[in-house]
Order: sequence, then structure tokens, then C-alpha cells
Amino acid sequence: MSTQPRPRIRLDKREARKGDIVEVRALVSHIMETGQRRDAQGNVIPRKIINRFTCTVAGKDVFAVDLEPAIAANPYMQFKFRAEESGPVVLTWIDDDGSRIVGQETITVTS
Amino acid sequence: MKGTLTRRQTMTLGVGAAVIVTAGAPASTARAQAKNDAIELIARFTGGKPTIEARVRIDAPEIAENGNMVPMTVSVESPMTADNHVTDVLVVADGNPRGGVCTFHFTLASGVAEANTRVRLGETQDLIAVAKMNDGSFFVGRRNVKVTIGGCGG
Repeated sequence: MSTQPRPRIRLDKREARKGDIVEVRALVSHIMETGQRRDAQGNVIPRKIINRFTCTVAGKDVFAVDLEPAIAANPYMQFKFRAEESGPVVLTWIDDDGSRIVGQETITVTS
Repeated sequence: MKGTLTRRQTMTLGVGAAVIVTAGAPASTARAQAKNDAIELIARFTGGKPTIEARVRIDAPEIAENGNMVPMTVSVESPMTADNHVTDVLVVADGNPRGGVCTFHFTLASGVAEANTRVRLGETQDLIAVAKMNDGSFFVGRRNVKVTIGGCGG
């Protein structure tokens, strides 16, 4: 279980002019166990979800989400940001157990 | 009769006043019939401030065959400038075991207040999105989704 899933990240463009809107699509495999289901013995299966997702671009916070158990398994996030400067686009998923899944892309911004 | 109100006229006035009061209250409480804590979550998010039914749009299928994975796009009309932008959007579902779905946090660098994810819906219900603006005002939008196979437990 210690092997981290590799997130799939796609930017609709890798090069953008300053001020352009860039769309990010990101998917990570995760069970998103709600904590409301029971196993065959009737015991509650403990909750285990990604509860936080963040995106930084060139080190600046751009977008974040607090997730609840009502987010589907293998959480998908699609959002946008305004291209200001070149740099890494870093996406982080934080699990209930504190572990993190981190994925990265790069955006190049021309003026 | 002149100058005084009949019983019927008084009743009519009373009803009229009640309608106005309801219209002034948060849109969410006007239809407070959630099966879960959705209304409380909204109240906590807004601090009890009124919500205006405008600007917030939820796109989701009218009929979801699989409640385990219902695509949902939330968008808020906003220029996203320093003077006028969306900071946070709370999304709740009023028919799931629990109301919370997610909270989107936007920034000026978002450029556009729009996000898409996939949600679990246990049964036919409303998705409700409440947007908080930088000036402290709140806007709300909702969308009914009919679910043929529920997405909880299973």
C-alpha cells in the first residue's frame, strides 16, 4: 500500500501568453472510502479519503479544494488559472492519513 | 368600514408580509427540506448572511444513471479582479447521508471561477453551490439531479 499512485495531469496548453487562461485536468486513483459502508461482518469500514487538493503555479497558490466523502472515487479535478509567469504547476493531494501524492507539470509563459 | 380593516383584509396583509420576510431570508432556508446537514453547512459558511439567487451555475446531467460518479461543473459569474472576485464556493447535496460535497477555493490567479469534479449522489436530490465574494456577499445556485442507481453504500 505504500506505493503512491501516479496522478495524471493534463494542461490544455504548455505554452501560454501572459494573461491566457490555462485549463488543468487532474485525476488520481484513490478509493475515497466514505466511512459509511459496512463490511460483511457489519463493521464500519473506516473513512479514508483525499480531504484536500491544492495547486500552485510558480510557487503561488492558485486553487484548492476541501473534499468530502461525497466526491467520487479516483477524484477528478478540472479548473483554470491565469498564466502570469513560467514555472512548475504543482498539484498535491492530501490523504486522511496525512500522506501526500504530488504531481507536477510545467507552464511556459511568453509575453 | 372606512379606515378600518376587515378580518379578511387583515389576513391578506399578514400573508403578504410573511411572503416578503421569506423572500428576504436566505434562499436555502426558504426551501429548508434537506434530509441532512446541508442547510446547517450553508448557514455556517455564510455566517447566517442572506444569499442571493444569481451568478452561480451548476452544470450536471438532468438524469444520472450512475450516482457513484456524477460530473458537475460549478461556475460563478465574476470578473475575478482585485475589487470583485469569488473567494470560496461551498457545494452541498441535500439528499445524501451527509450534506458536504466540497469547497472550492479560488484566487485572483484563478482567472475564472469555474471548477469541475465528479460527485456521489445517493438518490435524486439538489446540488447547491454557495459562492462567497471578496466583499462578503453570497450568491447561490442549485441544480436537481435525478439518480436512477444510487451512489452510496452499494
